[in-house]
Amino acid sequence: MKKIYANAEEALDGVISDGMLIAAGGFGLCGIPEMLLEAIKASGAKDLTFASNNAGVDDFGIGILLQTKQVKKMISSYVGENAEFMRQYLSGELELEFNPQGTLAERMRAGGAGIPGFYTKTGVGTVIADGKEHKDFNGETYIMEEGIFADLAIVKAWKADDTGNLVFRKTARNFNVPAATCGKICVAEVEEIVPRGSLDPDSIHLPGIYVHRIIQGSHEKRIEQRTTRKKEDA
Amino acid sequence: MPWDRNQMAARAAEELEDGMYVNLGIGIPTLVANYVGDKDITLQSENGMLGMGPFPFEGEEDADLINAGKQTITELSRTSYFDSATSFAMIRGGKIAAAILGAMEVDEKGDLANWMIPGKLVKGMGGAMDLVAGVGRVIVVMDHTNKHGDSKVLKECTLPLTGQGVVDRIITNLGVLDVVEGGLKIVELADGVSDADMRAATQATIVD
Repeated sequence: MKKIYANAEEALDGVISDGMLIAAGGFGLCGIPEMLLEAIKASGAKDLTFASNNAGVDDFGIGILLQTKQVKKMISSYVGENAEFMRQYLSGELELEFNPQGTLAERMRAGGAGIPGFYTKTGVGTVIADGKEHKDFNGETYIMEEGIFADLAIVKAWKADDTGNLVFRKTARNFNVPAATCGKICVAEVEEIVPRGSLDPDSIHLPGIYVHRIIQGSHEKRIEQRTTRKKEDA
Repeated sequence: MPWDRNQMAARAAEELEDGMYVNLGIGIPTLVANYVGDKDITLQSENGMLGMGPFPFEGEEDADLINAGKQTITELSRTSYFDSATSFAMIRGGKIAAAILGAMEVDEKGDLANWMIPGKLVKGMGGAMDLVAGVGRVIVVMDHTNKHGDSKVLKECTLPLTGQGVVDRIITNLGVLDVVEGGLKIVELADGVSDADMRAATQATIVD
């Protein structure tokens, strides 16, 4: 089965529709599927719900879909870097569901693993626990969180082969792995598609079974907080 | 003289033992890394890295290598990378020995508030709730009072909680307090800070 597509628009053809739940990889602006987000913007799909740790910045990442008001709801752990997000949220145009970061990651992992719910100590005694089932195990209280089953997953990797085996680079792996697994369809954008057999089978980060469509392209890879030290400090 | 930021960080570094895997929060906790000395400490960054190195030299920044504060960082010879679900599995699973975090309020039951002020812009809890619920030991480093001079060490937190009964030790500019049965116990006073100074600046119950 052919998984390689010519561009992001073709890779999303037939898999994007209004009102769908999309799981997106990335942490901050690191490892975000920037080409696919641009293509979703161009598709005009609206009323989208994104499960994504962050919401990008005003002109990059999911932020570009906020500008065009294509997003109905965000499921995120931290959204502090985006002025348009805050404006829409405070005016009631945008729904927001805060999830603790590890709970969000595990909800995606669980969804991808066919687990509809799990218990965690995270958030017990906080507003996050309001309305959720509480259960004691070995004398400690846990709350139930639900797996995320997304209609579509969009992720960004470093390298892929034509069967969809993915390799990520450094901390750009982040949410890309759990997000990829929880989508009914997963589209991956990569920096390089390499010949079959050239990736070490022992070093595949995400097996191709999870990846249905692949595109290759060049990435801006914007840095959010450029922080350096001077040579003389060393 | 009460401790300054660097002295608080240096005191917090004394909490760390050889061989520990540790998560440091943003602000004063980040400075703790400067004071670990010869101890073999591995820093976790919850976006998916163990063995976090210092900031890169100018021109050597890598967009694919950032910490949980989204700052560019470097790797070490011991570094490993993993995905976010694995990262929080090791946090939730109690594999991280300690987290050193900042706080807006802490109370005598070990409740911690550090993510939200009602009526103000809410950015989100990030990984803070997972960390305080999961790691072996939670050490808070913060100023003892706010800019109005009100105690941040309370009988009961007034802000929405990050975690309930999660704090083990509080290190402030005035000294060190432990969360114990019935309240807080003074462990140490900063140089020149008296027992009376500490009690006056603390709203929480102090037990002997």
